[in-house]
Amino acid sequence: MLKQCEGSHAVAEAVALCRPEVICAYPISPQTHIVEGIGEMVKSGELKNCEFINVESEFAAMSVAIGASAGGARAYTATASQGLLFMAEAVYNASGLGLPIVMTVANRAIGAPINIWNDHSDSLSQRDCGWIQLFAETNQEALDLHIQAFKLAEELSLPIMVCMDGFILTHAYERVDMPTQAQVDAFLPPYEPRQVLDPADPVSIGAMVGPEAFMEVRYLAHAKQMQALERIPQLAEEFKAVFGRDSGGLTHTYCADGVDGNDGAETIVIAMGSVLGTIKDTVDEMRKPENGGHKIGVLGITSFRPFPLEAVRVALANCKRFVVLEKSLAVGIGGIVATNVRMAVTGMGLKGYTVVAGLGGRAITMKSLTGLFDKAGRDELEPLTFLDLDWNVVNNQLEREKLVRRSGPAAEAMLRDIGAVAARNY
Amino acid sequence: MSNQQTVKFYQTGTFTVGNRLLAPEDRSVQANMQRTNSLNSGHRACQGCGEALGARYAIDAAMNATNRQLIAANATGCLEVFSTPYPETSWQIPWIHSLFGNAAAVATGLAAAMKVKGKNNVRVVAQGGDGGTTDIGFGCLSGMFERNDDVLYICYDNEAYMNTGVQRSSATPGAARTATTMPVGAEPGNVFGQGKFVPAIAMAHEIPYVATATVADLRDLEAKVTKAMTIHGARYIHILVPCPLGWGSASHDTIRLARLAKETGLFPVFEAEYGELKSTLAIRRQVPVEDYLKPQKRFAHLFGKTPAVDTIARIQAQADRNIRRYKLLEGV
Ligand SMILES: Cc1ncc(C[n+]2csc(CCOP(=O)(O)OP(=O)(O)O)c2C)c(N)n1
Ligand code: SF4
Ligand SMILES: [Mg+2]
Repeated sequence: MLKQCEGSHAVAEAVALCRPEVICAYPISPQTHIVEGIGEMVKSGELKNCEFINVESEFAAMSVAIGASAGGARAYTATASQGLLFMAEAVYNASGLGLPIVMTVANRAIGAPINIWNDHSDSLSQRDCGWIQLFAETNQEALDLHIQAFKLAEELSLPIMVCMDGFILTHAYERVDMPTQAQVDAFLPPYEPRQVLDPADPVSIGAMVGPEAFMEVRYLAHAKQMQALERIPQLAEEFKAVFGRDSGGLTHTYCADGVDGNDGAETIVIAMGSVLGTIKDTVDEMRKPENGGHKIGVLGITSFRPFPLEAVRVALANCKRFVVLEKSLAVGIGGIVATNVRMAVTGMGLKGYTVVAGLGGRAITMKSLTGLFDKAGRDELEPLTFLDLDWNVVNNQLEREKLVRRSGPAAEAMLRDIGAVAARNY
Repeated sequence: MSNQQTVKFYQTGTFTVGNRLLAPEDRSVQANMQRTNSLNSGHRACQGCGEALGARYAIDAAMNATNRQLIAANATGCLEVFSTPYPETSWQIPWIHSLFGNAAAVATGLAAAMKVKGKNNVRVVAQGGDGGTTDIGFGCLSGMFERNDDVLYICYDNEAYMNTGVQRSSATPGAARTATTMPVGAEPGNVFGQGKFVPAIAMAHEIPYVATATVADLRDLEAKVTKAMTIHGARYIHILVPCPLGWGSASHDTIRLARLAKETGLFPVFEAEYGELKSTLAIRRQVPVEDYLKPQKRFAHLFGKTPAVDTIARIQAQADRNIRRYKLLEGV
């Protein structure tokens, strides 16, 4: 059914359609509306057979989910930013134990400085935690990915983060096609745990493992992600058969796959999440003959973990250069997504550019992208670019720190320099 | 489990398992040949480990009280490490170890799963050491209490972080030597802080049931666990479990020290319901704290050439205060 609603609301409804059995809630912007929505459904009786638990921290949220999942229940929670870091120890534990928890990450920057706005630092900081990470481009895809996530997680006994851009998606009102309960039921079977705590058949879960088997247990986690690499495209097909639309998969290409009459892309822009929309609009404009007919295409990465090395290689097979535009920063080296992409294209002889953009909610405009892609097309881009970085502010501060020992808190000084009033914190 | 051999008596004729003169139905769970032996033999605890003993007593009693419909969540610590060196396990019950600080929350999740799955007869216990309970797991514990989740949390208090090599926890008593509170300087051993008696904090949550116990009094411990399992909602039992390694005591003194902790008044043994004290285990034969302190090397520095009379008096004052507060001489 088509409806106009907030992204968070769409996700809440989709999660409810997946018949979750235990939901843990702890507030953090921009994730709050999702669990609030589900909480109301549970309290009103609309969502039956579900325990909604208001926990005292994100660490508890993930821990309750761990217990629930080990007890054989379908468990869900949502978080963002500081919340994801606060639960980090339990995040690793959930995947280490092989518990198929599904969690929405409403992507948000990590402090300090505290910042509630969108970037991908939070989930990408957990890239090696063993969870599958799927990034939604639109609210429709966010909704759909949750339904796929429960199925994939439970098949593989692996937890999954469905990542959606905080505010940009979570708080955006868009049209979505909300599936029916019958459709979801047809796609997603009841949870049949691989391991469960049951007095009728007692097992110990979470034993101490020493050097004699630790490598093997960890390898198994990798092997499962490799299985996911195969299952994710299949699941997207199965999803299409039931729901009638394309959603999910490992990657999305745009003007870069040779099938929409737009092949010959020499420059391919790689990104994750909602910014793909702005990028595609920019590419549409730039491809127009009157705008120079730039040979440029797009590769969206939906599955960041497992990382689709092969799919990236295939997508970049015929281009000359790639630009990774990412909302994350690997301090001390540059890009996180870019590092992964470079691994995929090893030996392909491509020029590659890393662009760090949109940190802490900095707007990524078509104007800036146009200039950026134009420069990239002429191979005039620096290997590492910080899009729309105000060098004056940065240089001022660096200068200040050179001159005065007690230069004070940097963020506050820089805010003063640009004359900004402090952003609101939630 | 059905093909498991019946247990042997390890401590025939002692104060703890002496049931021979009682009618079978009045005997302790541990005296029953059919007891679960939830924490089975073969684990790697030190000789005389109070925690191993306490855990077996408590979980066997809980198994007995729930008709063996029990699941346990375990915090990281000695109990977890010595019971489950992969690929072995001593646990005869469904058991999960997740992390150091989240046993209470994992148990909440388990209880929620049992409820939503309609397995209302299956009950959940969480267990951890004093560090996992009074320090790192305290947030999760308090949250579980406040929500009144259907979990019995059992703390095995050996008064330090034993698994990592005897470091101080918030349950370590004043003056005690640990690896991080060495008996050097002006105030040797652990400083006397304000104290953090978690049973009292549990009572402040006004949860349905709070109790303390020691491994010295099997029947009392079993009765409390059994009672706890008749109640739904958040329950807390704090068991004093001497640790020969960390306390520097003889392995055969574990029970004696637990009893002395109670008989001095240093460890009050009581029950509370909904925040109100309901009963205490009265001191039978009051003894001065020296009797308890002396056999433990962690307090050896108090009894050197010049005994630390002031410090000993301070510890005695703590015991006296407990005796007054919990009416330990007359009993409640
Ligand atoms: C987050 C975290 N911090 C520290 C540790 C290290 N650690 C493991 S067990 C332990 C001590 C446990 O002490 P306690 O809870 O009192 O149990 P005991 O071993 O004394 O029975 C510590 C500090 C850990 N496993 N996880
Ligand atoms: S160190 Fe103490 S608690 Fe740990 S196994 Fe040994 S006696 Fe038991
Ligand atoms: Mg301890």
